[in-house]
Amino acid sequence: MNHNNKPILSSARKIYLKKTHQTNFFIILCKIILILGLIGLWEIAGTLGWIDSFIMSQPSRIIRCILDLYEQKTLFEHIGVSCLETIVGFLLGTFIGTFIAALLWWSPFISKVLEPYLVILNALPKVALGPIIIVWVGAGQKAIIIMALAISLIVTILEVLHGFDETDSEKIKLMRAMGATQWQIFRYLIFPANIPTIINSLKINVGLSWVGVIMGEFLVSKAGIGYLIVYGSQVFQMDLVMASVVILTCAAAIMYQGIVLLQKFLIKHIH
Amino acid sequence: MKKIVNVLGISLNYQAKNGEIEAISNINLDINEGEFISIVGPSGCGKSTLLSIISGLLKPTTGTVDINGKQISGPSSIIGFMPQKDQLFSWRTVYDNVMLGLEIQHRKTEENINYVKKLLHTYGLYDFREKYPSQLSGGMRQRVALIRTLATKPELLLLDEPFSSLDYQTRLSVSNDIYHIIKQEKKTAIMVTHDISEAICVSDRIVVLSKRPAQIKAIHTIDSELQKYSPLARREHALFRTYFNQIWRELDANES
Repeated sequence: MNHNNKPILSSARKIYLKKTHQTNFFIILCKIILILGLIGLWEIAGTLGWIDSFIMSQPSRIIRCILDLYEQKTLFEHIGVSCLETIVGFLLGTFIGTFIAALLWWSPFISKVLEPYLVILNALPKVALGPIIIVWVGAGQKAIIIMALAISLIVTILEVLHGFDETDSEKIKLMRAMGATQWQIFRYLIFPANIPTIINSLKINVGLSWVGVIMGEFLVSKAGIGYLIVYGSQVFQMDLVMASVVILTCAAAIMYQGIVLLQKFLIKHIH
Repeated sequence: MKKIVNVLGISLNYQAKNGEIEAISNINLDINEGEFISIVGPSGCGKSTLLSIISGLLKPTTGTVDINGKQISGPSSIIGFMPQKDQLFSWRTVYDNVMLGLEIQHRKTEENINYVKKLLHTYGLYDFREKYPSQLSGGMRQRVALIRTLATKPELLLLDEPFSSLDYQTRLSVSNDIYHIIKQEKKTAIMVTHDISEAICVSDRIVVLSKRPAQIKAIHTIDSELQKYSPLARREHALFRTYFNQIWRELDANES
């Protein structure tokens, strides 16, 4: 059967294809209408005075605010600061978490001893540690990055350790029968088999790291998107707050998509 | 014929949380060079455990395993282990998969590499050496798994239900395939299986184990007349039924 050859398509097939095509088109159309409709409604409601645009802001005011930030040359500085903190945060979280998971895999004894503490630490809302972190390392970027790290570290350890422990025991048996050392089993089997798990952690950590960074910037920063939000609300400039949220949404979404692309690339080339 | 394996008085007791479980009880077995032995028994009787003991992965409670007159005390390169399913590493190419054992044992000499390349050539996998396991058929994967086992030049092959994951059709042709490779490379092999027909088709001798604690219930030497045939042809032979019924009765008697 040649599916590329249009003339031999059956009429049922043609109807099916047309229908799926129509459905997909309709879904995309609705997506666009939904966002444009909401933005339009918000704009009109502000202009006609249904809502107080000083408090609720307005799409046109948000755009003007972002352009102002751009003209003041501070837009990319703030985005850059937050993105850098987030990237450092989730990379550290993933690397340190994977490293600790490897140690725990190596020693089931230590793993059993630490298990209840990891579970408790995992349950603790890490933002509660914010003030402690600031006192210990000072109110600066270091505190923000440690905050981002604290949020992603424990989840990473638990997630990656679970992956390590779930590695097919028959494969471990095969390697032992070949005379492999514990290190060789880790290097040739456990680690490569769990690259998808680690990338998945990385993906989760991007989101968590943003939470840590924005929280951290609320508490201590002099720059960054979190700082803009707090500053905007303190001087009661809601346009700035809303603009910052829009910028944050875009930055987080782009970063997440980047990791998804990286994941696809690695899975395709390694697994 | 030269004896290669000497299993002497093997017993194994498992220490479980709720007590001691006697898994294997006093097994004695001699295996000659070049022989193909199958171990059959009811499921959960300790067949695979016995294989793990022979491979040196598990220490028996009592008894010894000698290979070439030397007592086994841990994994050794004399033994090649072929696990359940093919257990190929999906992130390694066919070539990297078959090189795994040599890599681990730091034996990637030119001579050994050439030997592996020759095996790949002989068994029709050389052109697929840069492919990943997911790009191969079930039968080809099994052949790759066997070559991975042969690569370290073991004298004794241990096969742990190697075909259990394959569908019936593939299974028949793959066991035929593997049998010929093992005979051609003149290897001694011990295979654990729960499939009576498969055991009759490939073996020179069949060891029937009892239910737990596993003991040797019977040993059948396959008639030299039947041994002349290839695995697929053996299924057509009149003697096949005789062996099948006898072993089936022995296993069935264990169940009750």
